[in-house]
Amino acid sequence: MILSLLSSYSHAATLRMAFDNNIVSLDPHELLSESNLQFSHLVFDPLVRWKKDGSLEPRLATRWEQINAKTVRFYLREDVHFISGNEFSAKDVAYTLNRLKGSPDFRAMFDTIQGTKIIDPYTIDVISVAPNPLTLNIMTYVFPMDKAFYQGRDKIVKYGKTFASKNVSGTGAYYIVERQPGIKTVLKRNPDYWDNDSKGNVDKLILTPIRNASTRLAALLSGDVDFIFPISPIDIPRTKQVKGIKVRALQSSRITLLHMNESRNPALKDIRVRKAINLAINQRLIVEKILKGYGTAAGQLSADRFLGHDPKIQPEYDLSKARQLLKEAGYEANLNLSMMASNNRYVDDKLVAEVIAAMLAKVGIKVNLKTLPKAQYFQELDRRQADLMMMTWQSDTLDSNNIFEFLVACQNDDSGLGAYNASEYCNISINQAIRMANTEMNPERRIRLLQSIERTVYDDAAVVPLFWKSLNWAAKKTVHFEDVVNDQNYPHIDRLVISGDEGNNL
Amino acid sequence: MLRFLLRRFIQAIVVMVVISIISFSIQSQIGDPTQQLLSPTVNQSERDALRETLGLNDPVMVQYWHFLQGVAKGDFGVSYFHKEPALALILDKLPATLELIVCTLVIMILVATPCGVVAAIHPRSLFSRAVMLISSLGISVPIFIIAILMVYVFSIQMQLMPSFGRGETVHVFGSWETGLLSKDGLAHLALPVFSLSIAIMPIFIRLIRAEMLEVLESDYIRFAWSKGLSSARIYFIHALKNTALPIITIGGIQTGTLIAYTIFTESIFQWPGMGFLFIEAVGRADTPLISAYLIVVGCIFVLTNTVVDLIYGLANPTVKFESHTL
Repeated sequence: MILSLLSSYSHAATLRMAFDNNIVSLDPHELLSESNLQFSHLVFDPLVRWKKDGSLEPRLATRWEQINAKTVRFYLREDVHFISGNEFSAKDVAYTLNRLKGSPDFRAMFDTIQGTKIIDPYTIDVISVAPNPLTLNIMTYVFPMDKAFYQGRDKIVKYGKTFASKNVSGTGAYYIVERQPGIKTVLKRNPDYWDNDSKGNVDKLILTPIRNASTRLAALLSGDVDFIFPISPIDIPRTKQVKGIKVRALQSSRITLLHMNESRNPALKDIRVRKAINLAINQRLIVEKILKGYGTAAGQLSADRFLGHDPKIQPEYDLSKARQLLKEAGYEANLNLSMMASNNRYVDDKLVAEVIAAMLAKVGIKVNLKTLPKAQYFQELDRRQADLMMMTWQSDTLDSNNIFEFLVACQNDDSGLGAYNASEYCNISINQAIRMANTEMNPERRIRLLQSIERTVYDDAAVVPLFWKSLNWAAKKTVHFEDVVNDQNYPHIDRLVISGDEGNNL
Repeated sequence: MLRFLLRRFIQAIVVMVVISIISFSIQSQIGDPTQQLLSPTVNQSERDALRETLGLNDPVMVQYWHFLQGVAKGDFGVSYFHKEPALALILDKLPATLELIVCTLVIMILVATPCGVVAAIHPRSLFSRAVMLISSLGISVPIFIIAILMVYVFSIQMQLMPSFGRGETVHVFGSWETGLLSKDGLAHLALPVFSLSIAIMPIFIRLIRAEMLEVLESDYIRFAWSKGLSSARIYFIHALKNTALPIITIGGIQTGTLIAYTIFTESIFQWPGMGFLFIEAVGRADTPLISAYLIVVGCIFVLTNTVVDLIYGLANPTVKFESHTL
């Protein structure tokens, strides 16, 4: 009787998590990466955060209002403490925003924010340089840091041992008790965490980065860890058969695409050739056969949750039309293209590249493919060393314009536009539309602007969009992670519930 | 003897200089370390500034000179990822790797020696044939397949053994944490050690068997039999002792191979040793750590070879040190 009563209460549970990436630094502003943001969501709290359905959830900001085109006022949560014991207030938000503006990695996003104005200890205005439709999107990256704790010893140094890279004070649900870089990090639940509505019962969190995919899966199947990411599509069917294990997938907005360098190879200047390449690649087949259905074939850059997504643009596949276009362009059977792709950055990236080369061979394009480990590949991508280069992009702001700015805008080294435009494609009208969309406050007009860019990119066959991959997690059946994961892969562990019979498995 | 050691010392320095030159000359091929620790949205001028502060824009010869200056002071550079001195990091992980190697060697001696001896005494028995068959399998199947198979059978199917990591460790002294003193640590040690043993043992079983077969045919063994000595004494004292020299030689070489094998084993079992550290460093283009690892391993090679040569002298007093150096 007493036992059954006890088990109906949420019990404290331990979660052993094995993801494929490492926490590089405890300083949340040293590196903008998935792993660092996952970490920030554990030991810090953002002002607002994305929910699975794409809406924003109040965290340290309880509500907000647009004062004018440039200003958003945030009302902050009261009676919240940092793990150091200091009380959280508007000064910490102002301090954090200022620090973000000085971080090389976050600067690109925070350059649009001019500064802050503290109204009272729990009210703060965030002022943008120009009318800014993305202020809230950007605020998901503001994890207030403890001003009194960090100030004076808060230098951001890449590759350096700084105070902030070794010490941390946040308001988050967890605090670090042990850390061995690259091996494991142990966190415990913050007993004074402000979120009393949370049903989450993960009391202790052990993070073990496991990069080797088979080791990671074996660790789950043998019961040594409870929750893993990612699981390779090829392993999913057999893992689903295992008793006590479940797999869940969520479509991401990270676009995988192929750049066609117009400056390197004159043939790619010809729109007919670019169109032909687009038509010769069968995105749906790649998704079905290589990703085993764990992804969505793409005909454009914006995923369907983005404003720029145009449902009318679909991936096309037409071999005879592709051959016809190549013939018209004078490249019937004599087009040689060099291609490069990474071979260990994403699951199956090498295989996808090989299949694309084979698909292009079908229309008479000879592809000379070279795949490289990521450490070397990104260097080659920067130097644009091949005619066709495969890459992926995740919009940090979850907005189409970020993709356009980096991938298809005319390159400008001063403004940083087109930094990853390895197609060296340039259409002035796109640059104008991007600039307008950055300050357009009317949602409808903004959607039209972004969709027009997407349409132009499609009409010009500027790049070859390939697919949006799914994020695939696997865990023990008792770990109800499906309620707390999202398409950016920042699981909200603070809300994670692990159900009762977990104890029996141990 | 002293002259021998001095010569070996000079040899070690030459080896390490050569390794450091090689590790430096391949650095530009490993990739750009700054790429790893910068978000893709960082602009080019920031990237250049970081490369400049890390000294990556200097010519390779200048970088090498700076490196040598550091090494002279015992400074092998600071790992980009760990933000700690590279040498200290490696020495920190050394105990974990040494435990793997030592346990493997102990198991090898305890299993390979009797197996090899028995296989030589009764070459046609069922046991000998089975040993020979298994050892051929061990030689021909790559270690990572053995390791994955072990994980599949013992961790996933039978759920007997942990599949990765080092488990609970006990602090001994300094930075030495051992897994040998806790039940959990020993359980974690089992699979990696068995995988390594299976990979490395067959060659010893075969070697001991072959050497024994030859020695058992020699005149002094026949003489021992006719003297009426006990068979245990003949086999294990008279015969086995004389098979020692080639086994010691191969043993020295295999210890080196064992270090190479630990890279595979450690990455499959996520064993937090030097090999795992190294393979991660390669993935991150963490060049100071890569150079330091290669130099430390080079040093271990020279050291083991020196020890082997010293043991040589103990096993066979007729060997003179001066006669077989360099």
